[in-house]
Amino acid sequence: MPDSRGHFGDFGGRYVAETLMPLILDLEREYRAAQTDPAFAAEFDDLMKHYVGRPSPLYYAERLTEALGGAQIWFKRDELNHTGAHKINNCIGQILLAKRMGKTRIIAETGAGQHGVATATVCARFGLPCVIYMGAEDVKRQSPNVFRMKLLGAEVVPVTSGGATLKDAMNEGLRDWVANVHDTFYIIGTAAGPHPYPEMVRNFQSVIGTEARAQMLERLGRLPDLLIACIGGGSNALGLFHPFLDDADVKMLGVEAAGHGLDGDEHAASLLGGAPGVLHGNKTYLLQDEDGQITEGHSISAGLDYPGIGPEHAWLKDSGRVEYTAVTDEEALDGFQLLCRTEGIIPALEPSHAIAAVADRAKQMSEDQIILMNLCGRGDKDIFTVAEKLGVEI
Amino acid sequence: MAHSPASAKHSTRTHLESFKILTRLSNAFSKPHAAFVAFITAGDGDTAANLDALAAGGADVIELGMPFTDPMADGPAIQAANLRSLGAGTTTADVLQIAYDFRARHPDIPLVLMGYANPMIRRGPEWFANAAKGSGVDGVICVDIPPEEDDALGPALREQGIAPIRLATPTTDAARLPQVLEGSQGFVYYVSVAGITGKQQAATASIEENVARIKQSTDLPVAVGFGVRTPQQAADIAKVADGVVVGSAFIDLVEKFGQEAPAKLQELTTAMVAAIKDARA
Repeated sequence: MPDSRGHFGDFGGRYVAETLMPLILDLEREYRAAQTDPAFAAEFDDLMKHYVGRPSPLYYAERLTEALGGAQIWFKRDELNHTGAHKINNCIGQILLAKRMGKTRIIAETGAGQHGVATATVCARFGLPCVIYMGAEDVKRQSPNVFRMKLLGAEVVPVTSGGATLKDAMNEGLRDWVANVHDTFYIIGTAAGPHPYPEMVRNFQSVIGTEARAQMLERLGRLPDLLIACIGGGSNALGLFHPFLDDADVKMLGVEAAGHGLDGDEHAASLLGGAPGVLHGNKTYLLQDEDGQITEGHSISAGLDYPGIGPEHAWLKDSGRVEYTAVTDEEALDGFQLLCRTEGIIPALEPSHAIAAVADRAKQMSEDQIILMNLCGRGDKDIFTVAEKLGVEI
Repeated sequence: MAHSPASAKHSTRTHLESFKILTRLSNAFSKPHAAFVAFITAGDGDTAANLDALAAGGADVIELGMPFTDPMADGPAIQAANLRSLGAGTTTADVLQIAYDFRARHPDIPLVLMGYANPMIRRGPEWFANAAKGSGVDGVICVDIPPEEDDALGPALREQGIAPIRLATPTTDAARLPQVLEGSQGFVYYVSVAGITGKQQAATASIEENVARIKQSTDLPVAVGFGVRTPQQAADIAKVADGVVVGSAFIDLVEKFGQEAPAKLQELTTAMVAAIKDARA
């Protein structure tokens, strides 16, 4: 848990413009009230079950396990959720909070479009107008998701400032929020931003780990030896890891995007290749130069392509509780194809990074050991990118 | 840094200098008229010439923007100025050098650095406060360090006798205002609209009411900014506040006129200052 000011050790906090501070404090008060309100939990659980389709299955990947030869590999199947990724868990939680606070307009940022689609989905479900900020570059690269958002009734605003990618979309979201504090709720898509967002998003996503832990105990009567998840902002990883943090024998591995390699500038590994700093309302590891100017991340996966990371990961790294590694674009592509062919599952490029790490670790472990990986998204959105990388015309 | 205004050559600066830093700001707000506070972004155009033009036009306080890749609280004009400056290769060392040279040319005009947390704390708050002091900076406005995170920069600035200037906004309610004022020095910057720089114009009545509210709780002068573009607007604010801040209107001139900007900046400053002086006449 963060302290009362939202600090995870040195990280986190509320580094926002004064205009937003009263709103952030208001949000925290309302969230605390919701946490102890059985009616809020009941509505969240009901939507999780009947709208999202939870609990998601816990699946033993038998052929992948055989192919790799080592630890048993299990997947938490969050790619089977409504909208195809873990993002919806958080959006359901936040829109219920928005409704509770009497907010009448929703804004969000999106990179690859998954969080944008999930936000547009819950806005349609609850009948609230929705504005999604998306980097103009990403609008071009992710046109199917742009169309999905529009079908769901959202207004998609291409952001041309800065590098026209996810961080610029987040800047624009904050600018909108500052000008519309009276009626607008900002649904942040990952476990980052000013307190209480990192804690709140992690808690909404913890449904992943809570289910997986119970499912493991029920199916196998034991806990896994190693948890693995990919990390952009880090919400799916925290969702899986957090309910296991007190289980000292369960090791955890977070997988960042190494892009073209950590030795160059073209990666999105904030923890392994960045330094602590302040951006978008929190103190955390950032990709930045020696003057504190933020540098652009690169990854084959637009969902990991962010120059920061949730502050709780920064803290878990420095405390040593979670190990972090990074996987290149090439390795992720190999992981993507491996899963398609061994298990008949087309994964998103984000968890394909985790699959590459699974392949590496499983071989170093014995057959009686268990790896549990969060398969946080499906790959329909990525087939164009993959085809291009593989030199295939479709 | 290739050259360091904060280095040993200035460490002989004495208590007299600390005294000067505090008096420069208070003198600027002790005139019979409201202080005119002019903002431009460091490294956007010929900054030295532009600053001299603002001084020649009669600006009472200079706000020098430190460029940042992600200026979340700024509208299109200042966003673009940040990117132009960074595109031209402006570094933190350059910003400090611009401040240092300004101080050498203008010993009596208070100079305030304005920007975002990350470039200010990158090398540690003590480093930044020391470097700013060495460059003759009087105050620092950091957009994304609210009182709750004061530890990140405030103590280091106060230690060096540099004023941490806080922002109050229309959303800063009565319950919160004392916390904003606590530890604030130099002046209070009242952001007149809930929004980003350079866009809307707030109603004068609401400004008057909010400035009065703040002044009931502090002896610090209150300057008003965001959305002030014309001498008439400046004059309206000068009737009810201790200072008027103009930024985006200057940035627009820098963008439009490039090397020819100084004459235009001086012209606008002169008009603003004249309007402000007439306002209370």
